[in-house]
Amino acid sequence: MHKRADAEHHPSRRAVLGGGCFTLAFLLTPGRQLRVMSARAQPTTLSANTWVSIYADGTIEIMCPTSEMGQGIFTSLPLILAEEMDADWSRVRVVQAPVSPAFANPVHFKSQGVGGSRSLRGYWMPMRLAGAHARTVLLANAATRWQVPRAELTTEPSRVIHAASGRSISYGEIAAFASLPADLPAPTEADLKPQSRWRLIGRDVPRVEVPSKVNGAATFGIDVQRPDMLYASILRAPVATCPHPLYTQAVVIGPTRIDDRAALAIEGVTQVVALDHGVAVLGTDYWATVKGKQALKVEWQTGAKSERYDSLTALDEFSAIARDPSRKGVARGNTGDVAAAFETAARTLSGEFSSEHVYHAAMEPMNATASVRDGEVDLWSPTQGQTWARDTVVKTLGVAPDKVRVHTTFLGGGFGIKTEQLTTAEAVLLSRAAGKPVKVIWSREDDIRNGAYRPAAAHRLEAALDAAGRITGWKHRLVADSVLLRARTAQLDQFKGFDVVVMSGAVTTYAIPNKHHEFIHQDRGIPLGYWSANGAGLTNFAIESFLDEIAGALGKDPVALRLELLGEPRGKRVVEAVAAMAQWDRKREGTALGIAYSDGGEWNCKCAQVAEVSVDRRSGVVKVHKIFAAVDPGIAVQPDHLAQQIETGILFGLGAALRERITIEDGRVQQANFGAYDLTRSRDVPEIEIKIVDTGHRGMSGAGQPGVPPVAPAVANAIAALTGARMRRTPMLPERVQAAMKR
Amino acid sequence: MTQMVTATLLINGAAQTVRVHPDTPLLWVLRETLKLTGTKYGCGAAQCGSCVVHIEGRAAYSCQTPVSEVGNRPITTIEGLSPDSTHPVQRAWIAEQVPQCGYCQSGQIMRAAALLKQNPRPTREDIIAEMQLHLCRCGSYRRVVAAVERAARGG
Ligand code: FES
Ligand code: FES
Repeated sequence: MHKRADAEHHPSRRAVLGGGCFTLAFLLTPGRQLRVMSARAQPTTLSANTWVSIYADGTIEIMCPTSEMGQGIFTSLPLILAEEMDADWSRVRVVQAPVSPAFANPVHFKSQGVGGSRSLRGYWMPMRLAGAHARTVLLANAATRWQVPRAELTTEPSRVIHAASGRSISYGEIAAFASLPADLPAPTEADLKPQSRWRLIGRDVPRVEVPSKVNGAATFGIDVQRPDMLYASILRAPVATCPHPLYTQAVVIGPTRIDDRAALAIEGVTQVVALDHGVAVLGTDYWATVKGKQALKVEWQTGAKSERYDSLTALDEFSAIARDPSRKGVARGNTGDVAAAFETAARTLSGEFSSEHVYHAAMEPMNATASVRDGEVDLWSPTQGQTWARDTVVKTLGVAPDKVRVHTTFLGGGFGIKTEQLTTAEAVLLSRAAGKPVKVIWSREDDIRNGAYRPAAAHRLEAALDAAGRITGWKHRLVADSVLLRARTAQLDQFKGFDVVVMSGAVTTYAIPNKHHEFIHQDRGIPLGYWSANGAGLTNFAIESFLDEIAGALGKDPVALRLELLGEPRGKRVVEAVAAMAQWDRKREGTALGIAYSDGGEWNCKCAQVAEVSVDRRSGVVKVHKIFAAVDPGIAVQPDHLAQQIETGILFGLGAALRERITIEDGRVQQANFGAYDLTRSRDVPEIEIKIVDTGHRGMSGAGQPGVPPVAPAVANAIAALTGARMRRTPMLPERVQAAMKR
Repeated sequence: MTQMVTATLLINGAAQTVRVHPDTPLLWVLRETLKLTGTKYGCGAAQCGSCVVHIEGRAAYSCQTPVSEVGNRPITTIEGLSPDSTHPVQRAWIAEQVPQCGYCQSGQIMRAAALLKQNPRPTREDIIAEMQLHLCRCGSYRRVVAAVERAARGG
């Protein structure tokens, strides 16, 4: 297949191609409308809003509005538009969109960015409508040219057909003379193809950018090269603060004294620049700046709130707070009369759980390249949040938004961390200071120590049971620091202090009549951020582990208990499917099974998993033999990508469940590189079997995160089934497993 | 060491003269001095394998190889593995749709190519023992194994 994929925007391409071009620009709006902003033949310059361009040579350019970070979005989003316009996919060229309101995701803070598995949910309908409209425009032009009714025309990939007269014309030929008919109504769902006529959606199409990822050609942020570019290595305060440039109350710990003589003596170092939060060594050679950074002597301000933070001590304090009924937080999603349920209960149970911090460990560390010249700013960044990147430039430099061009590169992994914008601020400040383009590269050590981690969280859960063994009351209190406080304070205020990111998945959908969910915020000044599946990775571990404890206390089968509690058919179907895949009732020799279910919360992808594990009783080492996963995503645009994403989630969750952790003492992150931060490797990978379950649901969901939450509880439940030991904290390190088995 | 030196390296069949600090890891000379950015930085500590190239045909961590120690040993990077991306390992990588974000893949492909040269019929255990030197945060591990097996069968 001859498909070209560019992560860069090429406005000059029109001049190169010549021979005519027809473009369509749209504005996506929430709901189901779509406004055609402009359509024109043979433009001389690229409109900032152009979604699709059809060239006379048959090439069709479709914009990818958001970032490719491994999730396949560079293929799956343009493919949706191509499907509805009936484009010949082999002639489609995918282009990375610039930042413009035209490309904003209606369900992602009305901005461009990847997160929360929102891309397909947000762009699905608007991109289908856009494609359908493009097709209608092409049909209308052919109808006019042939003087036949539009209703007599059909399409084959990139061709309009008039069967009655045996004529056909290619989209490229139409593009050479096309215009936008004045009387065309806005597209509606009636213009969309029925599912039976889909040629691309639901079939596996090779990913467009994969060929560029086997020969070194794909350009990631860290690969960007600009003429006359300088490099920067930045020394930051030893205490973790990772200030967010868009957070007005950010704690910034800066240098008080800088001795840069040794650094400046190094050949290739050109300049040392003091920043509010660090000291940057600039140079013409990257390694010279690394050596310069090592040669700096810097004293730092003190007084960061986080400098008193000790992550393991904090987790014990959080657990004590969760246990103390006099400590009150913010509740949300409560139902029924919880107090009455507990007063009248035949029996109550409680369980405590906790999780340590984890780090993103995207293989491409944070970086950005900027050129600030004559009040114009170009930023090249592997960003998950291109609109936030632009806002950061506007705020940091005080320039107007229309002076900022954000060029999104490919991302070497995102997982949430690449929504962060500290590198954006660093790159533009340093480029302005140097008067040249500057590439900022974080070392792995910088990346680990200046992360925005998943919160450490402690939970206490309580259940009220009636005499018949039914769960009548449920309380879940979670104590943690906040993610939203630092990244999106307005959203925290909107929910009155209930951090919906940390509490993701806490409001359980299980059919329990009286429920209480409470977030108790402990502001310890530690930088926390979005991490794959966010709080759902924390809350699901607690909820699904506790549910198994309840099943044990009631003498019920864990699968049966979940089926009993699942009110809606989609969840039931995936639990049944995974139990069948794993042959749940079959006894194993030396291994045991554990199940967990996640309803997928906001991203609406149901996922149930069964883990098969064994435990080395002497060392406490857990071996995961196999993970079975059943998922119901609704429509699977690209089934193979979907399975790949679920697998990514499973391995992501498995690392956090078993071995990954960030520990912080006196505000200082104790891990420096991968030697101390133990990521999953080939030898640790279990067999994985994934089944996409079609429950008849026709909605859209996201695939990036649903695989994560059920892994940890499925493993913990399997350990309990095998050994009787209940794991209450992640990561489930061997010494913790040993200790639990001794209890 | 505050002064740069001149070094001539044999990279993808061509001699390249650079002026850099002698302790500069080959990785950064490739990536930033010579703009061969297919070789990636992941850790600088022999932990992730993103930076693997061939030195004299064997897989080597370019982040652990100071430019002063390279001498005239020939170096192959991902850009030089094949003229047209048709090395059996590259073909197998596309057939199995291995890359996700893709960042770790140059190193993995270079390791796999070196492995198959030494051991054209590796067992699954051989493959895992070798490839587990690489980190892939996207979790492409099972596809990597499948792709090496496919390449061993001829692509
Ligand atoms: S960069 Fe060389 S092993 Fe990680
Ligand atoms: S493909 Fe993303 S790190 Fe391996």
